[in-house]
Amino acid sequence: MQAAITHILPLSLIRRRRVLPAAGRVLVSEGQKVNAVDVIAEVNRPGRHTLVDVRHELGLARTDETEKLIEPRTGETIQQGDILAQTGGLFRQMIHSPVSGKIVAISAGRILIESPAQPLQILAGTSGVVRELIPERGALIETSGALVQGVFGNNHIDQGVLVILARAPDDELTTAKLDVSMRGAVVLGGHCSQVEALRMAGEMALRGLILSSITADMIPAIQKATFPIIVLEGIGKIPFDLESFQVLTASEKRDICINATAYQPYAGERPELIVPLPSIGELPVEAGDYGLGKKVRILAAPYAAQIGTLVQVRRGLTRLQNGILAPAGDVRLENNETLTIPLANLDMLE
Amino acid sequence: MTISLVDAESVLAVDIGSRTTRAHLFDVVDGQYSFIAAGSALTTLQVPYRDVSEGVHQAILELQTVTGRCILGQDSRIILPSQADGTGVDRFVVTYSTGPAPRVIIAGLLSDVSLASAQRLVSTVYGQIVESIGLNDRRKLDSQIDAIIQANADVIVIAGGTEGGATRSVYKLVDMINLACRSLTPDQRPEIIYAGNQSLAKRIKENLEKWTKTTVAPNIRPSIDLEDLAPAQQTLNATAGRLRMRCMPGLEALASIASTPPTPSAFALGRLVHFLSRALDPSKGVLGVDLGNASTVIAAGTATSHAINVFPLGMGRGAAQALQQISLAEITQWLPIPIAESFVRDYLWQKSITPDLLPQDIETLAIEQAFARQVLRLATQQFQARYPEFDRALEPIVGSGGTLTQIPSAQALLILIDGLQPVGVTTFVLDQNNLAAALGAAASFNPVLPVQVLESGAFLNLGTVISPVTSAGYGTPVVRARVEFERGNETSLEVNQGSIAVLPIQAGQAARIHLQGLNTTLLDPRTQKTSLSFKVVGGVCGAIIDARGRPLTLPVDDARRRDLIKNWSFNLGG
Repeated sequence: MQAAITHILPLSLIRRRRVLPAAGRVLVSEGQKVNAVDVIAEVNRPGRHTLVDVRHELGLARTDETEKLIEPRTGETIQQGDILAQTGGLFRQMIHSPVSGKIVAISAGRILIESPAQPLQILAGTSGVVRELIPERGALIETSGALVQGVFGNNHIDQGVLVILARAPDDELTTAKLDVSMRGAVVLGGHCSQVEALRMAGEMALRGLILSSITADMIPAIQKATFPIIVLEGIGKIPFDLESFQVLTASEKRDICINATAYQPYAGERPELIVPLPSIGELPVEAGDYGLGKKVRILAAPYAAQIGTLVQVRRGLTRLQNGILAPAGDVRLENNETLTIPLANLDMLE
Repeated sequence: MTISLVDAESVLAVDIGSRTTRAHLFDVVDGQYSFIAAGSALTTLQVPYRDVSEGVHQAILELQTVTGRCILGQDSRIILPSQADGTGVDRFVVTYSTGPAPRVIIAGLLSDVSLASAQRLVSTVYGQIVESIGLNDRRKLDSQIDAIIQANADVIVIAGGTEGGATRSVYKLVDMINLACRSLTPDQRPEIIYAGNQSLAKRIKENLEKWTKTTVAPNIRPSIDLEDLAPAQQTLNATAGRLRMRCMPGLEALASIASTPPTPSAFALGRLVHFLSRALDPSKGVLGVDLGNASTVIAAGTATSHAINVFPLGMGRGAAQALQQISLAEITQWLPIPIAESFVRDYLWQKSITPDLLPQDIETLAIEQAFARQVLRLATQQFQARYPEFDRALEPIVGSGGTLTQIPSAQALLILIDGLQPVGVTTFVLDQNNLAAALGAAASFNPVLPVQVLESGAFLNLGTVISPVTSAGYGTPVVRARVEFERGNETSLEVNQGSIAVLPIQAGQAARIHLQGLNTTLLDPRTQKTSLSFKVVGGVCGAIIDARGRPLTLPVDDARRRDLIKNWSFNLGG
């Protein structure tokens, strides 16, 4: 049975496709070096629309009569105050555009104007080199370094120096631990259940926050935060798994890219941390069998975040101690304890 | 019913779920269709595969291993039709319940008429309503256009105008949608289904077709007091299927060799329920409930009507949405052991981001089952509000979904009873092999197959449940029961209000039950009967008298409530 692999790697070759959801403009060139926050590509987004009912405003009865009086054509760009339509004669009436923008449609004597909007931009997400351009959509970015993938992110990207606040995998981030010396850094925090700590982190202009876990009531505050926050293990009081903790603490004071994209399994998007390194790693495997000897992480309480080795994949379905019937395997933890765990609760690691 | 071997067709049915892809094989054994075996694999829609065909291939390989039957040729393609040497299958069907749900805008005239019908229409498929536009919308016209554009929809369903009714308002609505479509690039424009006043259909299609694909479906609200969703449901289903095909790589190739277009599992369940409601006792009707990872589906059918509703409330992917509508107190009231509310909340939110998690210990299993009860409760209440014609006395009730099939039968039965809270006499069966979607899909071209497969015992009979309605106080005797076994021996018992009792009928054992309601207790509210006598075949949980009252109200006192919940579970053998 093949399953996707979660990557927690001290060194790896990393390739990421960064593409727009619709055709737009690619702003980088092949071979160009980029940072995590550099814009790779952008596409115009529809702005606000304004509908001007010329027929109504001029008090005309017929649509065809109205449309003859409309001066700009569909596709034209106009400025606020430009004349949209005018009647002739002694008592000339004029209709001016209330906004600047582009005429996107003229129908039934009405003009639809679209005001310009901020374009949708795709950031590189990691520092690296543009290896390949994807016409009208984006680029393939390549880098080498440590890679740690998470489960939850708030859709922000940034880059900064990694500061370690969590000195043990089960440490908690509290307001008392934050101070101004962390300004502009990416902080490895631990478990967090204090909304106030997030507020303080925002005020200190952190470049990013890495948490092992959060309580569910933190979700709205995390989603509102304007800096990237990534959760590696999940929701509940879950410590960092040892692998992630070791990879990250070994990277203290290094530059780290934090891509806290929301987990989108269908799109293949996953929140992740990349610590660029000068050595060249190998491309990681993306999927594998639940095979003997595979390193796995347990996802569910009461063993959440424990890492072990799969020593047996049981045939067919196994009745677990709580009565659940499911495909399962035996996992040997580092302390030599062996647990029977449903395969659905195992995250294969590489 | 025995079928001629000349007509016999083997059927391979593949169901692509959010985590698991299953391949089911049906064939004729001793002149009757039977479920032969199943193979399963992880669904491969997500990275790194991004192609469902790999999971399908793996599931069929496992099916081959289990059955020893060669289904795939040397080129890894399914051998269709079956060959003289016994390899291959005659028919192939695909159902699916995974992939991103199409984003839908509903547009109509009045919110409690055409918009309500459009909403019900969309709820028959895995669709997500992202915007609603109606006559009573207080937003300015340009704000409504912005809303349509920002919604980034895949489909707009336009309803409105009874036959011979409003025209001007419908044209105004269509004109606005036309303007919104024109301001989008061709690849961003949503498809349109027009299911309103048919006298305007030609002109509206001409108006919109210039800008985007427009399909006309029969009016879902032909008159103010008549709703007819079924014909438009077919159109919406086809559109939703086409959209899914775009975002489910591999599905199109499977569709090219399938006997019918790939069918959403919910739609297939609805078809099976509709089919069974006609094949079984039409006066009783059938209820199907699928408690899924992303959504809960309820389908009901009687001789005269049928309905299906997909609720975006689920045990995994759909947990977050369910938690917006269900309070923690409603969930924790079902816990048989004390667990901190914060732990319950965090566990369920964790499931929403890692949706395939299974409960690992007693505590998390208790949370999962408490949550399942409330999800079913909420979905049932919403279903009954939309379709009041389906009362709670449909028989049988078919339950499906991993939460129910992975636990001991008595626990599954109690969850179903507590969640659905039926009244009167009904029988619960469990789709233990996850066959409902496959049978619903096969029913479209082979109506014999589902009936014979079900007769062969593919669904697990959990037991007949008698749920009397009474105003008697707690502890008052409400039902006197006498069970007469085929060998002539019999047993009697009296059941008190507030309790749940199991009649000692073994699985598969036939018996006649005589019931007498006591203290003004109604045994069958539909017929207002206070005494009943009927034959039953025991399910795996026997036959049950649930005298806990309707609606089931739990004691406020924590200790007493937990004791009661444990007792009920113990009585049923959970």
